[in-house]
Amino acid sequence: MSETRRITYREAIREALREAMQRDERVFLMGEDVGAYGGAYACSKGLLEEFGEERIRDAPLSESGFTGAGIGAALNGMRPIVEIMTINFALLALDQLVNNAATLRHMSGGQFTVPLVVRMSTGAGRQLAAQHSHSLEGWFAHVPGLKVVAPATTADARGMLWTALEDPNPVIIMEHAMLYNERGEVPAEGDVAVDIDRAAVRRPGTDATIIAFSSNVAKALAAAETLAGEGIEAEVIDLRTLRPIDDETIMTSVAKTHRAVVVDEAWKTAGFSAEIVARINEQAFYQLDAPVARVCGVEVPVPYPHHLEQAAIPQPEQIVAAVKGALRR
Amino acid sequence: MTEVGKEEARAFLHQMIRIRRFEEKCAELYSAQKIRGFMHLYIGEEAVASGVMPALRDNDAVVATYREHGHALARGLPMNEVMAEMYGKAVGSSGGRGGSMHIFSAERRFYGGNAIVAGGLPIAVGLALADKMQNRDRVTCCFFGEGAAAEGEFHESMNLAALWKLPVLFVCENNSYAMGTALARSESNTSILAHAEVFGMVGEAVDGMDVEAVNAAAKTAIASVRSGEGPRFIEAKTYRFRAHSMFDPDLYRTKAEIEEWKEKGPVLRYRQTVLDDGRLTEADIDAIESDVAAEIAAAVDFAEAAGWEPAEHLTRHIYAARGGAA
Amino acid sequence: MSEFKMPSLGADMDAGTLVEWLKQPGEAVKRGDIIAVVETQKGAIEIEVFEDGVLSDIKVQPGTEVPVGSVLATISTDGSGASEPPAEAAPAPKQVEAPLKPQESSPETPEAPPSAPKSAPAQSTSHPDISPAARRAAEEKGVDISALKPGPSGIIGLAEVEAAAAPSAPRIAEMPAPKPTPAGGSRPGINLGAMRKAIAAAMSRSHREIPHYWVSQTIDLTPLYIWLERENRQRSVADRLLYVVPLLKAAALAVKETPALNGHYRDDEFQPSDKVHMGVATALRGGGLVAPAIHDVERADLDTIRVGLLDLVQRTRAGRLRSSEMTDATVTLSNLGEDTSDALTSLIYPPQVAIIGCGAPLDRPHVVNGRIEIRRLMNVTVAGDHRVSDGRRASQFLGRFARRLETPEEL
Repeated sequence: MSETRRITYREAIREALREAMQRDERVFLMGEDVGAYGGAYACSKGLLEEFGEERIRDAPLSESGFTGAGIGAALNGMRPIVEIMTINFALLALDQLVNNAATLRHMSGGQFTVPLVVRMSTGAGRQLAAQHSHSLEGWFAHVPGLKVVAPATTADARGMLWTALEDPNPVIIMEHAMLYNERGEVPAEGDVAVDIDRAAVRRPGTDATIIAFSSNVAKALAAAETLAGEGIEAEVIDLRTLRPIDDETIMTSVAKTHRAVVVDEAWKTAGFSAEIVARINEQAFYQLDAPVARVCGVEVPVPYPHHLEQAAIPQPEQIVAAVKGALRR
Repeated sequence: MTEVGKEEARAFLHQMIRIRRFEEKCAELYSAQKIRGFMHLYIGEEAVASGVMPALRDNDAVVATYREHGHALARGLPMNEVMAEMYGKAVGSSGGRGGSMHIFSAERRFYGGNAIVAGGLPIAVGLALADKMQNRDRVTCCFFGEGAAAEGEFHESMNLAALWKLPVLFVCENNSYAMGTALARSESNTSILAHAEVFGMVGEAVDGMDVEAVNAAAKTAIASVRSGEGPRFIEAKTYRFRAHSMFDPDLYRTKAEIEEWKEKGPVLRYRQTVLDDGRLTEADIDAIESDVAAEIAAAVDFAEAAGWEPAEHLTRHIYAARGGAA
Repeated sequence: MSEFKMPSLGADMDAGTLVEWLKQPGEAVKRGDIIAVVETQKGAIEIEVFEDGVLSDIKVQPGTEVPVGSVLATISTDGSGASEPPAEAAPAPKQVEAPLKPQESSPETPEAPPSAPKSAPAQSTSHPDISPAARRAAEEKGVDISALKPGPSGIIGLAEVEAAAAPSAPRIAEMPAPKPTPAGGSRPGINLGAMRKAIAAAMSRSHREIPHYWVSQTIDLTPLYIWLERENRQRSVADRLLYVVPLLKAAALAVKETPALNGHYRDDEFQPSDKVHMGVATALRGGGLVAPAIHDVERADLDTIRVGLLDLVQRTRAGRLRSSEMTDATVTLSNLGEDTSDALTSLIYPPQVAIIGCGAPLDRPHVVNGRIEIRRLMNVTVAGDHRVSDGRRASQFLGRFARRLETPEEL
């Protein structure tokens, strides 16, 4: 019997949901079309039949309402998983997440915790145009009191949910929409839970560090392959968690390679990528042999036609060029 | 209504006077810069909190707004701690971290203290949802002003509560003004009860200046909610005698209107009522006033003497440690 | 009008290929200016003019190989700038001069002291950008930033510092083991295959023609190290003195007092030098070896030697040595360096008449005032040309060398 199984990211999430529902009766899933429809991305397909409509709870189109309800339920002994269909719609729930979920512990002087998990899909790539393609993870990662993770691999999609549910703080899980069909390895048996506070080195290297998260990890690895053909060994870091940020893994890598490239699908200006650059500046400046480079989304609302959409988001060729630029080759 | 006996009447009056004097003291302290930031006084509306709270059990939940001093006191939060919170001292009900608008108590199941209009309603829905899913016999009582009826979160929350038949009592304290905007200028349908009917929710309008009427309506509604019939709605028609907050020059109301309401004010009226029908004497009322004065003086002393949280503790209370109690 | 000819840049150089002109006709030149780059068996070497004037006519185009002594250009020295061609206008007459003939213009008089390196191709006049990592590496390795040239991108980065970083002292691999060198060499301007041949030729000649003798002495370097530690505490990391610097100065002073070890043996006669131009054996990446000279070491102060040494090593590795540095050494010091072997028995580089081989400084038991102590000792083995000197001279030199090293503060 092999030690791993190969499943899709979507299947991994479904397994994680099912496991959570089975393990802890306080867990329930609430969101739009999570029940009868089977989930907008089919992540909860079959769960309504298995667990019933109390625990796989279809909500009306009331992002603020049901996110706040998730907060209240978490305050009062449940372990809700609120699914907001996309990060684009999560803007309607920002008040509840930023003004309530993130602050209740603090405003009450430590009396309350909000053990809430929120899942949302993110990103561009399916020609859904400007209002369905945002990468606003940075807005949530900005807020103290929230935790934000971005599983890029199937194993992380499988393993982060339980850890997030066990965390007494509000945890937001960012699932890039282009990853749902991707296949990857998960452990065949045993505990699959993974941590949600460390980054991971997906590919060791010596000449430059590429820092990415979510859908950009695969692009970074593709770029590293290309670079290897030219004798440049790039180290690829998968951030995995956007709040908190794993400084140690990043700085250890930069100290080794002396060059860094940050990849983020979000727009560059005031984006999450700037945070990583700032930290490297603060903690590893004297290790740098070149300025930290960024490969980000172009400053344009995501356009509809395929060629323009692809031109608007990071591509492996750009990552390759950025690494070479840092090496001055 | 005449079933309210002497002790219960005394309790009602005591609470309203207690809240009234507390708020008056806060106004004085605010002017002396002991209390800072935004402060919203409950003066004139005391009958609503004083009438509803006794109808709730200790293990029910309360969600209120930024005008919540009266609710906090009526709910049983110690006055010392509420006053200390106003000052921002470390022994305040929220550890000094919240201030006037964010009074919380886990012990009294008092969930704020919410400064976003209508922001507490979804939380109330969630609290009730958890109780229902765990088959607990509890009610969540959610106070808000009529201004919240314009917010999307109000509609979403009402809809969710009605749709899922959640044990929520929505109490709308209609004082006719959302900050400086009169109801008629912000609602196409000024009937607040109609806002409940839209969701199929049973609602009742009550004279918010009459503490006994409020209490009776609350008891009826809570009994229904507790029985699992779904959420209930109470519109309490009331009025605030002071401006929206300490910073408000109150230019949007006439002095005449304010005076007219003051004459119908809850403390004034009930004081007169219980004296007229003999349930209480002047001596009883004097005793209430001096009790309250003593309690408030003690609370002020308590707050004045209390220490500040050290600045080194600034980054506490942001994240809970894993493995701690939820 | 004077003629600028292809110089002889070392023993066994017959011809050279003009690679690049660094001055153009009409440009003024001063004595000591680098005027062109010539490719030789030893790699690309910058050649300099020895007079003031104006570059008049270029006679040999880049890419042309011409014998030593061929006229490469004319320089007008009377300020007229007139470009009247001299009599022999025909390019590249195949006159083969005796390979050992030094160039006409005075080779013994050095031009500018080596402490002020000038980059001949005009780069940016302001300081080039240097990356934080490079700056830090330079400090750690004791590389002088001001002596570094930026890479092709205009930045001084880690690559440039690492190229310049000298080991704790220049190393020498005597009788280098034949290593396969990549065809064409590993960096532009240095043809390792050809250099191998040149070294082989020179060493064979040395072994064949020079009657060697060797004299050894163990020198106590403990006072030197004590002094160095005190001295370096007052210095920044960038200005730190490595032990080879006082070694060179002490050797130069001792050599000056022992003239039989300092000079050139040519045409069956010894030509002593009154200056000490110390050849410093420098290993190259990929296995090459050269021993370019630092001029006037006996008169230079330690910082001048320090800066000059760093500069020399960096330019040696970059293949940018001057012709005078290749030919002017009057004696050579070959230093194995720290953490290496005990002793070094070297062969003399013709036409020199001596070579000083220094082993590693090692902590050993030593008798001091009748007691055994641990001292830092270094073996020095001097090779001498028996046609010019004998063991006694070498021994005198060693005694002087040792005494100088005992009083480093006087260096």
